[in-house]
Amino acid sequence: MNQLTIAIIFYIFAAVTVLSAAFVVFSKNVIYSAFSLLFTFFGVAALYVFLSADFIAVTQVVVYVGGILVLLLFGVMFTNTIMSTELKADVLNVVPGILLTLLLIVGMLFTFYTTGNWMPGPVQLNGSVVESIGLETMSRYMLPFEMVSIVLLVALLGAAYLARYDKANKKEH
Amino acid sequence: MSSSPSLNTWSDALSGFSIGWFPLGLVIVAAIPLVFIALYALTYGVYGERKISAFMQDRLGPMEVGFWGILQTLADILKLLQKEDIVPTVADKFLFVIGPGILFVGSFLAFAVLPFGPAFIGADLNVGLFYAVGIVAIEAVGILAVGWGSNNKWALYGAVRSVAQIVSYEIPASIALLCAAMLAGTLSMQQITMMQAGPGGFMHWFLFTNPIAWLPFLIYFISSLAETNRAPFDIPEAESELVAGYFTEYSGMKFAVIFLAEYGSMFMVSAIISIAFLGGWTSPLPNIGGLELNTMTSGPVWGAFWIIMKGFFFIFVQMWLRWTLPRLRVDQLMYLCWKVLTPFSLVSFVLTAIWVINH
Repeated sequence: MNQLTIAIIFYIFAAVTVLSAAFVVFSKNVIYSAFSLLFTFFGVAALYVFLSADFIAVTQVVVYVGGILVLLLFGVMFTNTIMSTELKADVLNVVPGILLTLLLIVGMLFTFYTTGNWMPGPVQLNGSVVESIGLETMSRYMLPFEMVSIVLLVALLGAAYLARYDKANKKEH
Repeated sequence: MSSSPSLNTWSDALSGFSIGWFPLGLVIVAAIPLVFIALYALTYGVYGERKISAFMQDRLGPMEVGFWGILQTLADILKLLQKEDIVPTVADKFLFVIGPGILFVGSFLAFAVLPFGPAFIGADLNVGLFYAVGIVAIEAVGILAVGWGSNNKWALYGAVRSVAQIVSYEIPASIALLCAAMLAGTLSMQQITMMQAGPGGFMHWFLFTNPIAWLPFLIYFISSLAETNRAPFDIPEAESELVAGYFTEYSGMKFAVIFLAEYGSMFMVSAIISIAFLGGWTSPLPNIGGLELNTMTSGPVWGAFWIIMKGFFFIFVQMWLRWTLPRLRVDQLMYLCWKVLTPFSLVSFVLTAIWVINH
């Protein structure tokens, strides 16, 4: 593939990501917003691929599409009167909003132009990223890894406890 | 990304081909699995399933159109093409239309990493297996879009059941596949297959080289039935309670697309289980002394033949189970997933780890 093809595919994915993200914000229908998130997450995963982070790209799909988006959709679908709720997408604070947006854009452009190119890391990765991630998780980042696993285990136990059938009161909470 | 010079030669040559800036070769690489799904779904999927189910119930199945009803599928397609494309008035038009598309894309995306023989693979990712497991998530969102878009109680129930089932059974399925990845030491589909290639044929497959591999193999097979909504886990489309589940409202070509997606994911899980435990495109025949059966039946074309045959074998088992086992209840389904398959998959994970370390 030549550079032009890669650039075209990149801009297609970038457009998908940005447009669907805009749709999430501006849509007046919660369901449409939730489904539009699918394209945002997918586009972001594709952008990760362009950064040679294929493992993170797949993890993005697994965690955000498979986990969070499905949970979100379930939540939205099981809410009563979801279709009749009027979403407020009016612009309320025009002046502070524009100020904040301008500041953000100026800050990002400033960083972009002063940094010049995207900073390459001190260590260039060669070969399989998966092996490096595994080795680093099991050696240098052992403590954070274990702490995250304990937090997740506690969350899982808590969820199971909350969802449990209460025998004493004969009802489900 | 290929390690040996002969690996992926066909697909690499194809993907290098482009007209100007337009990567025609890449489009062709992507189109080949698509044509394959369509052809296999029409022949083996529809006609084969009808015949197999008929023979299992001591019937003859379709006999009228052509010799032994062999043109029945063609007649079915003509009928589907002619049908009116109905969109219910109260349905959510947008979701109703794009739902089958998302569903099909979700099942088709995994074909990018399935190796059709040593010379052909869509993309030899070094996270191939992880990608194939994870991309099913898009299918789940597609099912929700179909179910919600139909604006029908049965469709919504079917969709919610189906997604709950897919999300739950992803866990034992992933852990079982992790065992295979641990045995291979890699996540790349081609590398996993290469680890199981050798002159001994089937004797090099993970299922037969390892004393514990049958456990994750069995767990993945059961979970894959649930992930593709096949019997005995077909509660999302239980005819007796939900009419047809999440695609109740669909007709004509949209129904055909949903059907293709289902057949696509059936082949996908069958190919994944073949690659992870049964050597993918490697030949099952061993070299016996001077009779070099394995060498004779290896190569790009034979590889494609073996992987497709292995996939078809597991699809046959899926059909076989469909016509022999009764459907599970929802609570039995969840019990099986969380209290049987998940603990056993964890046990098999630990045992496989011990075996890998000490071997």
